[in-house]
Amino acid sequence: MDDLKAKYLSLIAAAGDEAQIEDLRIAALGKKGEISAAMRELGKMTPEERQTAGPALNALKDEINSALAAKKAALGDAALDARLRGEWLDVTLPSRPRRQGTIHPISQVTEEVTAIFADMGFAVAEGPQIDTDWYNFDALNIPGHHPARAEMDTFYMHRAQGDNRPPHVLRTHTSPVQIRHMEKFGAPCRIIAPGRVYRADYDQTHTPMFNQVEGLAIDKDISMANLKWVLEEFFAAFFEVDGIKTRFRASHFPFTEPSAEVDIQCSWVDGQLKIGEGDGWLEVLGSGMVHPHVLQSAGVDPAQWQGFAFGMGIDRIAMLKYGIPDLRAFFDSDLRWLRHYGFASLDVPTLHGGLSR
Amino acid sequence: MKFTLSWLKHHLDTDASVDLITETLTDLGLEVEGVENPAAKLADFTIGYVESAEKHPDADKLRVCQVQTRDGLTQIICGAHNARAGITVVIASPGTYVPGIDTTIGVGKIRGIESYGMMCSEREMELSDEHDGIIELPSGEVGQSFTDWLAAHQPDKVDPVIEIAITPNRPDALGVRGIARDLAARGLGTLKLVTVDPVPASFTADLNVTIADDTRDGCPVFCGRLIRGVKNGPSPAWLQTQLRAIGLRPISFLVDVTNWFTYDLNRPLHVFDADKVQGNIRVHRAKGGETIVALDDKTYTLQPGQIAISDDQGVESIAGIMGGAATGCTEDTVNVFVESAYWDPIQIAYTGRALKINSDARYRFERGIDPAFTPEGLEHAVRMIVDHAGGEASELIITGEVPDTSRAYRLDAQRVISLVGMDIPESTQRQTLTALGFHLEGDMAHVPSWRPDVQGEADLVEEVARIASLTKLQGKPMPRMQAGVPKPILTQGQQRQQAARRTMAALGYNECVTYSFVDQQAAALFGGGDDATKLENPISSELSHMRPNLLPALLRAAARNQARGFMDMALFEVGAGFHGGEPGEQHNLITGILIGKTASKEVHGTSRAVDLYDAKADAESVLAAIGAPAKVQILRGAADWWHPGRHGKICLGPKKVLAVFGELHPKVLREMDIKGPAVGFTIWPDEVPVPKSKTTTRPALVATDLQAVERDFAFVVDADVEALTLVNAAMGADKALISDVRVFDQFIGGNLGEGKKSLAVTVRLQPTTATLKDADIEAVSAKIVDKVTKATGGTLRG
Repeated sequence: MDDLKAKYLSLIAAAGDEAQIEDLRIAALGKKGEISAAMRELGKMTPEERQTAGPALNALKDEINSALAAKKAALGDAALDARLRGEWLDVTLPSRPRRQGTIHPISQVTEEVTAIFADMGFAVAEGPQIDTDWYNFDALNIPGHHPARAEMDTFYMHRAQGDNRPPHVLRTHTSPVQIRHMEKFGAPCRIIAPGRVYRADYDQTHTPMFNQVEGLAIDKDISMANLKWVLEEFFAAFFEVDGIKTRFRASHFPFTEPSAEVDIQCSWVDGQLKIGEGDGWLEVLGSGMVHPHVLQSAGVDPAQWQGFAFGMGIDRIAMLKYGIPDLRAFFDSDLRWLRHYGFASLDVPTLHGGLSR
Repeated sequence: MKFTLSWLKHHLDTDASVDLITETLTDLGLEVEGVENPAAKLADFTIGYVESAEKHPDADKLRVCQVQTRDGLTQIICGAHNARAGITVVIASPGTYVPGIDTTIGVGKIRGIESYGMMCSEREMELSDEHDGIIELPSGEVGQSFTDWLAAHQPDKVDPVIEIAITPNRPDALGVRGIARDLAARGLGTLKLVTVDPVPASFTADLNVTIADDTRDGCPVFCGRLIRGVKNGPSPAWLQTQLRAIGLRPISFLVDVTNWFTYDLNRPLHVFDADKVQGNIRVHRAKGGETIVALDDKTYTLQPGQIAISDDQGVESIAGIMGGAATGCTEDTVNVFVESAYWDPIQIAYTGRALKINSDARYRFERGIDPAFTPEGLEHAVRMIVDHAGGEASELIITGEVPDTSRAYRLDAQRVISLVGMDIPESTQRQTLTALGFHLEGDMAHVPSWRPDVQGEADLVEEVARIASLTKLQGKPMPRMQAGVPKPILTQGQQRQQAARRTMAALGYNECVTYSFVDQQAAALFGGGDDATKLENPISSELSHMRPNLLPALLRAAARNQARGFMDMALFEVGAGFHGGEPGEQHNLITGILIGKTASKEVHGTSRAVDLYDAKADAESVLAAIGAPAKVQILRGAADWWHPGRHGKICLGPKKVLAVFGELHPKVLREMDIKGPAVGFTIWPDEVPVPKSKTTTRPALVATDLQAVERDFAFVVDADVEALTLVNAAMGADKALISDVRVFDQFIGGNLGEGKKSLAVTVRLQPTTATLKDADIEAVSAKIVDKVTKATGGTLRG
C-alpha cells in the first residue's frame, strides 16, 4: 500500500496538465482504479485484517484526492500566471481623453465675493446694463453739467429721430442698482450688486467693459467706521491674509459724502506684488457714506436713514489675488488663457471649505 | 495740479518735510500723483577741494588730482579742461550713482593710475545741459552735502515739484493757496496773509464794457483795468523758473502773469493788447456761426448761446475758455487791458465740451472759481504788471455785480460723529471749519465764497472728517441684521446661472466672458444689429451693437482660437443678450458651442467629430441641473442661424421654449470665419418653470423585487418619422407595465429601400404585482406593435 501511495504521489507531482491529473484520478480512484480495486479487496479480508487495512486505505484515498486537488489548483494558477504574463499592456500609453472645463476668473471671484458678503448679511441685487441717464447719473447726484459725467467716458445708446428723451447709457458703474433696489425695497437694506459696467476706454489697463461689485448698507446708525470694518473683514477673507491693513483716504464721489478711497497694504519685491504685507499701498476701491440726495432720489428719508456704499473692480481684485497680468486678456477667450487662469468645476468657493485651494 | 515746495511756502509757513506734506495731502483728499525731488538723486554727492592737479604721465588730456574730500585726501583722475588746483568741486565717491551718465562710480585704474571717484559737471547730475568742464563752486566746505549747498545757494535747483490729482469738487485746490489752506487746517503750518496794495488809478479808460441782458446769468460780473505804457518782455527769472517747474512755457511777462495767478490764486485772467481792440467791449451770447482764431491758432465756430467777448470788429475771446489770437499780447504790447470775470460753471462746461477746448481757464471756471475774489484778483495782477513792467493803470471798470453766494448750513456735531464713527469733539469740528474759511454763527456755518461744492450739511461732515484724517478711522464691527445662521441669499435665477456654469465646466466646456457688444454684421446674423441696440459712440466698429445673444461673440472667439491653431474646442458663456435698447430689454442666456473633434487624434480611437447629439446631451444635462422637468417636447422651427434640418427646440408646449440645440447654419459659420461645422445650444434659464412644491421631502422609492423583462422590437418606418413619436407610442401601449423605451439602433436605406429606415427599441417591462408570464409578454408586445404601427405607419421588421 505504501508503494501505491509513493507511486501516485510521484505521478501527481509530475503531472503537467489537468488532463493528466484526470487520468491519474481515474487510474487511482476511478471505478477500475487501483485504489478502488484495493478497496474492493477489503470484503475478502478477515475482520481483523479489515480493521487495519480499511482505515489505511481510506486515508490513502483521502491523501491522493487532496494531492490531486492541490496539483490541479497549482496547475490552474500556473496557467493563469502564464496567461496574465501574455496580457501585458503598455500602461504608459495616454489615458482616454476627457475634456477639462474651466470657470472664468470673473465668475469665480464673483462667487467668492458673494460668499463673503452673504455671511455678513448682504443679498445679491441686479439691475439692467442699459439704463436711463437718470439712474446712472442724476439720481446719483451727478447733474448734466457735472465734470464727473464728462470724465466717465460714457457709452450712449442710439436715439431714433423724433425720440427726444436723453439717450440711454450703458451703465458706467453698478451704482444705479443702489437706486433701483432702494426704490423697490426701501430701508434698511444690505446688498451687493456685481455685474458688467462700460466705459469708452481701451488701453493697457482699460477695457470698454469690465466688472464691478457695488455694496450698499442702509440702516439707522451705520457709520463710516462700520464701512471700514466690513471692508477689512472682506479683504482678510478674500485675500486670505489675516490682519490685512487698509487705509482710508479722503476723496470725492458725487454720490457719497464723506467719500474715501481705500488702499490695501502691499509690497513689491522683485517685481512681484504681495497683498497684505509690507508698507506700500494699493488703491482698490472707492466708498463713502451715501449722499442724502441719493437717498432722496431713491425715496429713502435721509433724516431717518444713513449708510455706506462702495464700488470695487472684480477683474482688478481677481488680477491681484491670482496674479493675472493683463486685463484685456480676460475678454479675449484665448483657450490657453482660459485653461491656465480658469478654475475647476468643483472649486466652489465656500467660507467653511475655503475660498481657494 | 503741479506746484513746487517753495511756491507752497509762499503761502504756508511750515517746517514740514516733503514726505510729511505729500503724505498729508493724500490723506486730505488731494491725492499726490508724483513728487519730483531733484535732491533725492543727488543725495550722495559731496563737496571737495582740489589740492593739486598734475598731468597724467600717459595721457595728455587727463590730470591726476589730489582732492580733499569727505574721506580725506583722495586721488581722482579727471579729463575736464578746467580741472586744476584751488577749485571747489562736486565729488561722486565710489558707490555713488551718477544719473546723467547712468553709472555707479567704482574704484578704477585709468591708464595705469588708480582713481577713487569723479568730479562732476551739471549735466552729469542732470542739473542742466551744462557740460563745459566740471562745476566750480564759489563756496562750500569739504565734505558738505552738495544738496545742502544747493538748498542754501540755488534753491530752485532742488525745489521739489509735487503733482496732485484734484477731484471735481475742489476747485479751490486748483490754486496753490487753496492747497496751503488745507494743510494749515490740518496743522501743518500757518497760512500766510496775502494782501494787495491796489495800484492807484491815474486816468479813466476810454473803454466801455457792457454785458448783454441775456448774458447776465452766464457772466454776473466783469472787471478790467487798462494799463498804458508797459514794457513787455521776458519775465523775471523767478517767474520763469516757477512756471517751468510746473511744466508751463514762459511766453512773455504779461501772459506769464495771467498763468501765474491761475495757478497761484486759482484766478484765471486774460490780457488784451488794448491797441488791437477796436472800440468797446461787449459780453454777449453768440448768434451762432461767428468764427474766431483762438490763442491755440485754431479756428472755432461758435454755437448759438455760447458766450463771447467782442469788440467792434467781432468776437475777440471765447469767454472763460480761450482768448483770441487777434487781440493777444505780444512782446510789443504797450497798452494792455487786463480782464478778470466770473463765468457760470455750467455755461463754461457745456461750451468747452461743445468746442472741445481743454484750457486751464475752462478747467477752473467749469469747476467754479471764487466769484467774490474777481475784483481783488485783478488788483493782484495789475500790481505785479505795473511793479515789473511799469505803466499807469486806469480806474477799475466793473460791469455787473459779484454774485451773492452766501449760504449757511447747520453743523450738527452729533450727526458728524454718528456718520463718521469717529469721536471728534465739537470744538475741534468748529476749529476745522474756521480754518477752512467757514464763518460760524452759533451752529450755523457760513460757507466761504471759494467753496462752491459745499451745498449742504453732509458737506460739512466731509470737511470735518477729512481734516480729522480718515486714515485714523478705526473699524467698528457691523453685526448682521439678524443673529444666527445666515439665510441663503441667492435668487433662483442666480442659483441657476451658478449651477449652469459649474455643470458646463464639469462637462468640459471652458467659460468665456466676451464683450456685450459685437460688430453690426455679426449681430445681424443672429437677429440683432438694428438701431435700437446700436451704440451712439462705440470705440470701434468691431464693438458697435449690443449682442442679441451669446453666439456671435463665442463664434468670433472660436475663430480666433482656430487662427491660433486650436481646432477642437468647447466654449460657453452665461450672460445677457439684448433684444432692445430700453432698460430691462435684456434676457439671461446660457450658450455652449462645440467645434472640431471630441478630442485630438489619439491612440484609443475615441476621437470623433462632434455632432448635434453631443450638444443635445449637454443641453439636457444643464437643463437638469437648473431644475427643468425631464419630460419635454422636441420641436423644430428655431431661428434661421441654425441648420434647418439639424436642430431641435426643447419645449414645454409650442410657446415655452427652454432651449435650442443643433448645428449652426453653414452659411453663418462661413460669415463668421469658422472652419468646419459647429454645434451648440442656447438655454433660456428664466423660462424654466419654478417647481411647484417647495418641500425637501422626496417621494418614497418604489423598487419592486419582481424581475423586469426587456424585449427588443425593430420597426421599418419612413425616414422622416421621428424616433420620439415611436418611443411615445410604445410607451403608451401599457403605462403601468412599460417603465422605459430606449432606441438602440437606427439603420437607413440598404435593402429597406429608398426613404425608409429601421428603428430598433428595447422595451423594459416592470411588473409590480406578479411575475410576468409568457402570455402577458405576448399580449403587451402585440399592443406595442399595434400602437407603433398606428402612430408611425411603419411595420414590424421581420
